[in-house]
Amino acid sequence: MSTEHNCWKCGTPDVASLFCRYCNSLQAPIPNYYEFFGLDCQLSLNPDHLQKQFYQLSRLLHPDRYTRRSEQEKHYSLQASSILNDAYRVLRDPIRRSEYVLNQAGFEIGDPRNKEVPPELLEEVFELNMALDELRMGDTEVLPQLDEMRQHFMDMMAEMDGELETQFLAHDAQPDDEARRKVLTGIRAILNRRRYIRNLVDEVDKQLTSRNA
Amino acid sequence: MSTFQIDFSSVNKKRIVGIDLGTTNSLIAFMDLTGPEVIPGADGSALLPSIVSLNDDGTFTTGAAARRLLIDRPDRTVYSVKRLMGRGVDDVRDELRLFPFHIASGSEQVIRLQLGDRQLTPPEISAQVLRELKHRAEEYLGEEITQAVITVPAYFNDAQRQATKDAGRIAGLEVLRLVNEPTAASLAYGLDKRKDGVVAVYDLGGGTFDISILRLKEGIFEVLATNGDTHLGGDDIDNRMLSIALEDIAAEWGEDVSTNGEAVQTIRQAVIEAKEKLSFVPTATLEIHYQGKQYLRELRRDLFEQLIKDIVDRTLGPCRQAMRDAGLQPEQIDEVVMVGGSTRIPLVRSAVEALFRAKPHTDLNPDEVVALGAAVQAAILSGDVQDKLLLDVTPLSLGIETMGGVVSKLIHRNSTIPASATEVFTTSVDGQQNVLIHVLQGERELVKDGRSLARFDLKDLAPVPAGMARIEVRFLIDANGILNVTARDLRSGKEQSVEVKPSYGLTDEQVEAMVLESFEKAEDDFQARQVREARVEADTIFSAVEKARSNDAWHTLDSDEQAAVDLALNELHMVYHGEDHLLIRDRIEKLDNTTRRLAENMMNTAVRTALKGTKV
Repeated sequence: MSTEHNCWKCGTPDVASLFCRYCNSLQAPIPNYYEFFGLDCQLSLNPDHLQKQFYQLSRLLHPDRYTRRSEQEKHYSLQASSILNDAYRVLRDPIRRSEYVLNQAGFEIGDPRNKEVPPELLEEVFELNMALDELRMGDTEVLPQLDEMRQHFMDMMAEMDGELETQFLAHDAQPDDEARRKVLTGIRAILNRRRYIRNLVDEVDKQLTSRNA
Repeated sequence: MSTFQIDFSSVNKKRIVGIDLGTTNSLIAFMDLTGPEVIPGADGSALLPSIVSLNDDGTFTTGAAARRLLIDRPDRTVYSVKRLMGRGVDDVRDELRLFPFHIASGSEQVIRLQLGDRQLTPPEISAQVLRELKHRAEEYLGEEITQAVITVPAYFNDAQRQATKDAGRIAGLEVLRLVNEPTAASLAYGLDKRKDGVVAVYDLGGGTFDISILRLKEGIFEVLATNGDTHLGGDDIDNRMLSIALEDIAAEWGEDVSTNGEAVQTIRQAVIEAKEKLSFVPTATLEIHYQGKQYLRELRRDLFEQLIKDIVDRTLGPCRQAMRDAGLQPEQIDEVVMVGGSTRIPLVRSAVEALFRAKPHTDLNPDEVVALGAAVQAAILSGDVQDKLLLDVTPLSLGIETMGGVVSKLIHRNSTIPASATEVFTTSVDGQQNVLIHVLQGERELVKDGRSLARFDLKDLAPVPAGMARIEVRFLIDANGILNVTARDLRSGKEQSVEVKPSYGLTDEQVEAMVLESFEKAEDDFQARQVREARVEADTIFSAVEKARSNDAWHTLDSDEQAAVDLALNELHMVYHGEDHLLIRDRIEKLDNTTRRLAENMMNTAVRTALKGTKV
């Protein structure tokens, strides 16, 4: 997957990292987030290690370090640090990280605004919509019920997060791509369910804050 | 105050200065051997009032001298222009009522102030303040200054940042970085030397409010979240007090003076004085004398606090939001730092202490700390400071208009910058050659509620059937918090041209024209000033030699020596009106050398004369 090229400045062949090993000039950045961080495509990542890497790479790549350098290196520094920041934002968050891995592996991910109700949630969603409707009509007696439902959904998400963690470890332990894809299929199902519940919670929060405002 | 590890291996590099371009006052600072230092003006004060007055001859008066003109020439003197930067006239209609100057027509996109017979935009007026600061630094450091770091409120949007950068360009400064004021302050505090931890910077200035929450670790200053209000500050407190005073005065004098610019400015300055006093003493007298009339009021601090409480409270919402965005509770914030003149107000301090449950730091002068931080950032850019690095965020989400007038967010607020996002666009009509992308900034979901940033026109697309074009557009927010857009045709791999139409602000061409104009008018252009100064020196030596020739000592020189002096004198005359200051100085030195013996002889004569009358 890694892309090798010749150094733009001195022509040293097969440069595969951020800097040319011969003249040390900054190269066109690698767009893959894992490769950028020099990591294997693991779903389970140590956040402290990731942060350390992020700070270290920031010191090397940030545009502040390139004020007095050539236009070409300034340009690469801007590109590289934007990829670094985007990568860190995605990799440090387990949900976005797994979505990224699914995406890279060619999986379609559900539309974040998908309104199709998962069958096992039908009853709860129906109840929630009733309560929200009543609130919109000005019935404040449903507030405790809404709070309770919100908490219920939050608990469900926490449970799923635990489940995801187990699946992440399972994914990383698989010997080959095919076996990994099987685990990823399961992860995608959890993510879709989780995203649906996340939207429900957001909806409740939106109603509650617009009432307060 | 911290110490700084400075690398002086490359001394011949151009110096980069740090500038705090404030609503009320502006400052310029540089990195000295021992740390950052502000540069004082001729009056000894580092604070340059951000006030600009247009003189009748087309030149400008800036700073403390212009403050006096606020009263004498209110229609030609501009203050708090920062509040108008990057704004359209609709944004500021309310507060314009309190400004005495007039807005020219056609100000929807860029406000144009009518001063005398000229129309000036906020960046041009700010450029006058920057030029004055540049001048100060050049005098003080004895070298030309062309590169700067300028601070902006963290909550400034793209247009406001761009306007600040434009002001720099018009003033003849290359703005190497815009740095957010609260983050700059955290650099100046050198908090990273004490220990790693989480810091909140509360910055309430003359016109803007910012809150930034940072994580400090091993010299990295990582902003976790920022929030604020670019229209909230000491000015609002002044305006509140001013309108109350105006009403009260109208009742007492039986005359409404609120439309009289001169009277309003007199009352305004009295109100500000009373406000500032109340930060140190429990009561102050509001004292106004105007055209033989008098107004006296005793003002108690508790009453003052009651009157401004809602203004102070407006800062707390953004603080809470920033904590939520950073995912932190007040207990998790280790230190709170206060920045900006308005944080001297005791009510502000107690409100912040109650919110964060920590006593805020006020050890550094809140007026200077941002400029000092800008100088530290300048030293980071020049490579003189290598152990620190600032990772800042974008304060507002960036999105594009999609079907049905809905904003689709591409880059979320509080993303570390540089940050980017890519989207693939296509065409909806056969043979379509343009695609217009409308970019908005802010958190609102509907286009009609959001703030338009710019329209980007993808031009000269290859004509293909509808839906076949695949244009990849990359939105990149750079380290200054300014958006750059590039596009590529995925089918051909070719770069695609993008035309930018900013919704608020000047186009590149307009700025370029202003830069050219300002160069023509630049009275204080460094080069010109050097020539002027060399001529002043030449004048001094001319008159000294003139005097010497009628002195007895002239005849102590032999004729060769006299001829040499005359020759050197002529040579200096010949280059005097030229534009090469180095040549003028060279001839001054030569004349100086040929007249050395003459000067010595004169001295001896003088001493002898003096001694004659003295009994030893």
